[in-house]
Amino acid sequence: MPAASAVVSAPRARAATFRGARRGTALSLGFVSTFLSVIVVLPIAALMWESKRNGAHTFWQVVSSPEARAALELTLGAAVGVALFNAVLGTVTAWVLVRDDFRGKSLVNAVIDLPFALPTIVAGLTLLALYGPHSPVGVDVAFTRVAIGLALCFVTLPFVVRTAQPVLHELDREMEEAARSLGASDFTVFRRIVLPNILPGVLSGMALALARGVGEIGAVVLISGNLPYRTEVSSVFVMNRIESGDPAGASAVAVVLLVVSFALLLAIGGVRYLVTRFDRA
Amino acid sequence: MRRLGPRLVALSYLTIILLAPLGMVFYRTFEHGVAPFWHALSNSETVHAFKVTLLVTAIAVPLNTVFGVVAGLAIARGRFRGKGFLNAFIDLPLALSPVVVGLSLYLLYGRTGWFGSFLNRHNVQILFAWPALVLATIFASVPFVAREVIPTLRELGDEQEQAARTLGASTWQTFRRITLPSIRWAIVYGVVLTTARCLGEYGAVAIVSGRIVGKTETATLRVEDSYQNLDTTGAYSVALVLAAIAVAVLVIMTLTKPKEQSV
Repeated sequence: MPAASAVVSAPRARAATFRGARRGTALSLGFVSTFLSVIVVLPIAALMWESKRNGAHTFWQVVSSPEARAALELTLGAAVGVALFNAVLGTVTAWVLVRDDFRGKSLVNAVIDLPFALPTIVAGLTLLALYGPHSPVGVDVAFTRVAIGLALCFVTLPFVVRTAQPVLHELDREMEEAARSLGASDFTVFRRIVLPNILPGVLSGMALALARGVGEIGAVVLISGNLPYRTEVSSVFVMNRIESGDPAGASAVAVVLLVVSFALLLAIGGVRYLVTRFDRA
Repeated sequence: MRRLGPRLVALSYLTIILLAPLGMVFYRTFEHGVAPFWHALSNSETVHAFKVTLLVTAIAVPLNTVFGVVAGLAIARGRFRGKGFLNAFIDLPLALSPVVVGLSLYLLYGRTGWFGSFLNRHNVQILFAWPALVLATIFASVPFVAREVIPTLRELGDEQEQAARTLGASTWQTFRRITLPSIRWAIVYGVVLTTARCLGEYGAVAIVSGRIVGKTETATLRVEDSYQNLDTTGAYSVALVLAAIAVAVLVIMTLTKPKEQSV
């Protein structure tokens, strides 16, 4: 009887489907972990292994050598400075994009993403065209530390804007109006109402900008001149070590960069966790 | 009045950092007309560099797209141990210096690396050849599709998918008929970002390519090479083509993003 067999087979079919779903999950998990292992985990493991094989002594010797230390200090200093600079100007830009209204605003909004889309080496070259040796405006910062700051500002420009913007957009304006009607000045409203709300967004944007700044090479390599002790950033140091046949030296500094990246990812995850916990409470 | 101050600050910042330098490159490229631009681009080494970049992108983007969708589904829908770890790990290439990526591959596939002697014995060239370029590019652009797909899937919820399941649809049918149509703009957006990153990757590629002109040199390396050899017109021309692609990417991003938000 066809009807009866249909009734009997329906649950069985469903069970088969769910078994299929579970098999699908297992299959996709297998694919995802294999892909990640081959592409990401294996190379990173090779780096760690190389560093471990050279021993802690070599590691410290390289990292504390004057040239490596100068490069690391310069990189961290520049990245922190640029992240702070971004926190201010990124917030202002996000504020303008959300609260202000003027002709061409949507165009400005689109342009913010340009540094994400533009190849970093092109970013460096464009800065060099305007602020390099043949500068038409008479500003030549090539081969100085200012140039490094400029290059990092270029590539990290979107981060704080893009993390602060949605929060600012969602922000309830009644709070601000209430504060203002109670006599708070613009600055007080910003400091006591707006800033605490957008701070998590600004912080995660800063962490992303910091990570980007610490690792950046393409935008920096042409304009900084890569002078050891003066304008050589860590990533350029690593590249120079590889090219001069010193993988041990390269890996030591690369491990430092890797640890910084991990730490910043953890920090971003931490901020995200705190925000969601705060929202639930 | 109150708004004029911030507006002025934001717009001058954008102009100084972003727009004025870009305009300058544009001006310098076409300072002496279009002829030097075409001449620089039709250089056989430049043409080859663009071909290498396109080949690498053509391999890396589809692989990363498939990975991104599958990983996005697993993270947004699956329940398994280590999900948080996987979620965090996918982000790693975003925070990692491209140089670290390049060095890692160099250490893995180089002569003294783990696979070095094996590859050498079987006469397989990975480092300083196109496979390394592909591996470096995939590494650097792994997260983009998954990062776009995951929030969209979460927002969507899985009610429709469960409904399809109860009606007897298979996993594949549910994916193709229900899930895929609702995340397609997220995928497009992710693919666009991935493509931009693949075309523009410099740091990781610079280390593993060996910079063999006419063989493993990509477009971004060509920019640097031309500039170092005092061929500024050549460097500006290649840079301008890459910048034009970036602007095209930006236009596609702006066009696809609102659709995504209105869903």
